[in-house]
Order: sequence, then structure tokens, then C-alpha cells
Amino acid sequence: MRDVAIIGVGITKFGELWDKSFRNLISEAGTKAILDAGIEGKDIDALYVGSMSPGRFVGQEHIGALVADCSGLDTLHIPATRIEGACASGGMALRQAYISVASGINDIVVVGGVEKMTDVVGGEATNILAMAADQEWEAFFGVTFPGLYAMIARRHMYEYGTTREQMAEVAVKNHENGLLNPNAHFHRKITVEDVLNSPKVADPLTLLDCSPISDGAAALILAPLDEARKYTDKIVKIIGSGQASDSLALHGREDICTLRATVEASKQAYKQAGIEPKDVDVAEVHDCFTIAEILAIEDLGFVKKGEGGKAVEEGMTRLDGEIPVNPSGGLKAKGHPVGATGIAQAAEIVLQLRGEAGKRQVKDAEIGLTHNIGGSGASCVVHIMEVI
Amino acid sequence: MMNIGIVSYGAYIPMNRIRIEEIAETWGRNPDDIKKGLNVFEKTVPSPDEDTATISVTASRYALSRVNIDPKDIGAIFIGSESHPYAVKPTSTIVGEAISAVPELMAADYEFACKAGTAAIQNCMALVRSGMIRYGLAIGADTAQSAPGDALEYTASAGGAAFIIGKEKVIARINCTCSFATDTPDFWRREARKYPKHGGRFTGAPAYFRHIIGAAKLLMEKMKTKPEDYDYAIFHQPNGKFPVTVGKRLGFDRKQLEQGLLTPYIGNTYSGSSPLGLCSVLDVAKPGDRILMVSYGSGAGSDAFDITVTDEIENFDRDKAPTVRELMERKRYISYAIYAKYRNLLYWE
Repeated sequence: MRDVAIIGVGITKFGELWDKSFRNLISEAGTKAILDAGIEGKDIDALYVGSMSPGRFVGQEHIGALVADCSGLDTLHIPATRIEGACASGGMALRQAYISVASGINDIVVVGGVEKMTDVVGGEATNILAMAADQEWEAFFGVTFPGLYAMIARRHMYEYGTTREQMAEVAVKNHENGLLNPNAHFHRKITVEDVLNSPKVADPLTLLDCSPISDGAAALILAPLDEARKYTDKIVKIIGSGQASDSLALHGREDICTLRATVEASKQAYKQAGIEPKDVDVAEVHDCFTIAEILAIEDLGFVKKGEGGKAVEEGMTRLDGEIPVNPSGGLKAKGHPVGATGIAQAAEIVLQLRGEAGKRQVKDAEIGLTHNIGGSGASCVVHIMEVI
Repeated sequence: MMNIGIVSYGAYIPMNRIRIEEIAETWGRNPDDIKKGLNVFEKTVPSPDEDTATISVTASRYALSRVNIDPKDIGAIFIGSESHPYAVKPTSTIVGEAISAVPELMAADYEFACKAGTAAIQNCMALVRSGMIRYGLAIGADTAQSAPGDALEYTASAGGAAFIIGKEKVIARINCTCSFATDTPDFWRREARKYPKHGGRFTGAPAYFRHIIGAAKLLMEKMKTKPEDYDYAIFHQPNGKFPVTVGKRLGFDRKQLEQGLLTPYIGNTYSGSSPLGLCSVLDVAKPGDRILMVSYGSGAGSDAFDITVTDEIENFDRDKAPTVRELMERKRYISYAIYAKYRNLLYWE
């Protein structure tokens, strides 16, 4: 297997982008990544794109070819493949792109993630997202994602004494970081009281515990490490990649306070990278709800099970903390265009490792981790990157 | 320049009111959040025997009572509404018959969400200017629909205003009018559907704000005016917040908006919204007062009007019909149960 580097990143603004279509978004992100890498269209061997439900959100399927087409790559006739894994679609697309370069089949690969979510109204987006839950055993009975994560939160509070305030701290921190990210959906400082007093969504979660419905896209350019120097001096190498699955429905799991998919995927990635959780300098984790970030830092091994809430409260995951988590603002403040999220996380880590993250730069970051979840934890993809 | 404008006007709003508390508590929502979020405290509710036709008839009779005009001289009646009682059969003929303006009458119903009433004013102006009619009656009226539990339920209300447009004894001259329209699907109701749907926040920036600001700027450019040239400004009022925000963005202050801002206490009367605001301003206006009115209709478009009150208003019998304030003060509060009965929300076989 060959070593693989990320040589280019591109990201759009995230938010309610009423004047940008699905194809505008992905071609903008792809073009930015291509310019960042300094490659040309003819250099590209393959294209992967992660997207969760363009069929329901904008009525468009056949996304692989569409993205190649709208990016002006149609005449190259490259293989173009869409990957779907709910909210982990982006992370999975990155892993497939990584495998294809590592295997030697492709050299230069573009991998993107995109979702255009605000063309549907109100509860329709919630219904579309609920397709990532178990239709027969969960969604059919009226459960939506806020409901599922609310059950996890309740159990976590019961088992480990995690408090509402600790969960709220996740949102407060991520909004603080989002203020420093020009591409973030929200640029608004919030307080613990704001979170607690915002409208109830699914008890105990309130509106400000939940990530928003966003439009956005991100893209990366991958190359074999040996060729990476041709394009850039700041090489970010993928040193670990892991993916795991779990039961689709929450009730199929032994313990709903642990996402086994995260534990297994990160175990693979740490093993391949030859590092331990404490070696991670910066992480982008899947905080679709505040409780999800607490689960993530526990299941990734940054803290012991049950201590996530306390760690957040004590500032361990702040920008100046021991392991800064979600310097981009995370899904909560940066926004969560589901298919784009996994790629956007990797783009943030590349910027952090290159030292190009501006005001939200984590000091001396050398090893970074991305953690992308699908559904309530039935899929997880973890990548570890190092600047060399 | 021919002096074309408003010869008389009349307003009507039903006397039933429902408080925001009553609706919010029914749905388990915090009333203070809603009152603060929308700047609306109560809204009007039509009685079972009130509809767009009755509201239009009353407003028209009030308009006629203030002037000495033979209804037979009214050559056109246009009614803008999104709650015409019939899908097919005009409201305008009902009104024409009720005020004895038939049979030599151009009659038509208009629909453009909340701005069809101001479109009616524009068309009456054109017909008067061309000499095809002596007077035109332009009406904006609604008994707005909202699905139970929807955000619209806090504001969708009932009311209307009628304007006699002509060139004789004009009390408020319309100096200029222009429109701004695009295909923007922010709010709609499909054929045969009982309740409208809307695009949430999409109804804000790309819809309401873009069109009102677009039309207002276009008008002020044409007239070479600035916000401070106007004594009063009236913007469409889907809630109590949007008109204040749009006014601020355009450079108007709260004082210019106050007299025409009715939504906090009557709700959104849809096609009646900015026309009722104009009636409220005309209730107190003095010769020389300058008024800017901009309507908004989802789908989407805005009509802007530059209006100057003339000396004729001194000879005008304003007292012959109730003012908007008087209509607002004439009220009785109803419970959500009565509201449900009046609005046909109860179901039985």
C-alpha cells in the first residue's frame, strides 16, 4: 500500500445559501481545491463525492457523473462515483478515495462532499434525515434524530451524572470557535443560559444543542506521497484510516452511551498510525448534537467513559485546551450540510496542520483527527493526518 | 400633471380578537417568546358570517358615506384577496350589487398573495387616467387562512380597506407608483388546499426584504426623494417586526412608521395589511403630508406609492365613518375554542 497525502483543500461558505444550487456548491469547492493543489483537470484520475440525499433534497441522483460534468471534467471521462453513508457520506468518500490512491489504481483523485438542504421546507429536512435511522423500527414510530440523541443524552445523564450545563458548554465552545471561522454558518456568541433557555426540541435537548440545516460543500485533492512534493511543500499525510458499522437502530446496541462504531474505527486508525489518543493535537468530531461531542471524546479515548461532560466543562477541548476539539466551530456552529461534513472536517485539519487556520489556529498542531458519524452511530469513519 | 388619487377610503376589521397567549398555550408554546419574536399581541378573527365579501362591502360603504358620489359613477371594482369566498365566481360583483354600482361596471377579482389590493389601486389609476372610468373602487381584503399549530396562526387575521380612486376632489394625490416583482416561491397555497405553506426563513431576506427594499428604492429614485421627505411610511406588515426592520434598513425612523403600524394589535390582514395602514394614516393626515406605502405579496412582488395629502382633505367628511383606531378599539376577546368553531377547525360527521 502506498502512502497518501492531501495536497489541496477547498470549502464553500456554509449556511442558508439561497442563491447557490447543489452543483454551484460542489463545483465551487472542487475548483478551490484544484487551485489550492495547483493541479490541472487532465491530472485527475478519478472523482469521489459524498452526498446523503440529493434525491430527496433537490430531486437529483446520479451525483458522481453530475459533479464531474458540472466541474468541467466531463470530456476527461474519468470514473466518478458517489458514496452514501448518511451523515458519514463525506468521511466514507474520503476513505474510498484514500484506498484507491493507496492501492495504486489511481494517482490524483478529487474527493468532495456536498449537501443542499434548504430547498425543502420545515419538517421535510427532518424527515429526510430520519431516513438514516431504522425506518421499520425507529422512524416508523415517529422517532427523529433529535429524539434518538435525546434518549442517549438522558441515559448518559443517568449513568454518569452528565449535566445539561455540560452539554450546553459544547455549544458555547463551538460557537466561540465558529466566530473565528469566516465560512461558518453562525457567527454568534452564545451562553450556557442561551442554550438552556432556547426552545425545547427533544427533552433534554434544546434548539441550541442541535446542529443546523445547512448548505455547503468541501473538496480535497489526494495524491501518492511520492508525488506530493511536486505540488506542495506543506504535505499532510494520511497516517490512519478506519471505518466501522453498528446496528442501525439504537435498541440493537448493548450500551447506547457508547458508539461502538467510533471505538472500532478509531482503534483501526490509531493502530495504522501507530499513535495513541493522547498524541492527537487537534480533532474535528461529529457534534450533530452536543451530547454527540461528549460521546465522541470518550469513544475516541481522549477521556474515560463518563468523563466527557466534565472534560468539556473544565475546558480541555477549548482552542487553548489540552486537545482542542472542533476549532472550525464543529457541526454546531460551522454548519452541517450532511454530505459535506466529513470532507469539511478533513479540510479543517489540513489547514490546522499546515498552520493556515488563521485566528482559530491550534498552536503547534502536528497530528490531527477527523471523526464522522452516520445516523445515531451505525457508521463511523476516522482519519488521522500528520504534517511532514 | 393630472391629479389622480384617493377620493375617499373606508376600513373594516372584525370585532373578535384572540390573544397570542390563548393560541400559544393551546400548542404548549411560550407566549412571551412569540410576542417578542413577532411583535404581535392579538389578532382579529372573522365571525362565521363574515368573509371577504362582507368586509369589502362594509369598507366600500364606509368609503361612499364620506363623499357625495353616485355609486353608478363607479366604473370599476377590483378586489384583491387570497380568500375570495368562491374559487370561481367573483366577489367584486357581490360588492357591486351591494353598493348599487351595477350593471355598467368593470368587475374583477385579483390575487397576488398580500399585495393584490394595491395592484387594484394601480389599475384603477390607469383606467381613470385613460378616461375609461370616472371612479374606480380598489379593495384589499382577507380572512386569512392558517393551519392549526402553524407559525402563521399567530398572525393570520381578517380585515380590509376600500379606496375610491378618481381625479375629482382628490384628498390624497398619488404622485407615482411602481412595482418590483420576481418569481420567488416563499409562500403559497395550491389549488383546493385549505391552508398555505411557507418557506420559513426564506420568506425573509430573499422575499419580503428584497422586494420591499427594491420597490421603495426604485420609487425614491424616480421621485428623487429621501426617507426624510416623508411624514409617514407604511410597509406590508406580516408581523410587527418586519416592517420596523425594513423601515430601519431603508432609513426611516419609528415615528414615521407608528401611525400605519397596526399588526401588533390586529394581526396580518394580508391583502388588507398595508391598505389598512394607509387608512390609519389618512385618518390623521393634514394637507401637504407626504406618505410612502409599499405593499408586499408573496411569490413575490411589491407595489410602491408616493402620496401627497391635498387641501381637499379639509373639506372631506372623515367623521362619517369609523376611523381605524375606532375599529381597533371595538373588540371582544374570544377563546381558542370559539376561534376553532369560527374558523371551522372542528370536525364531526
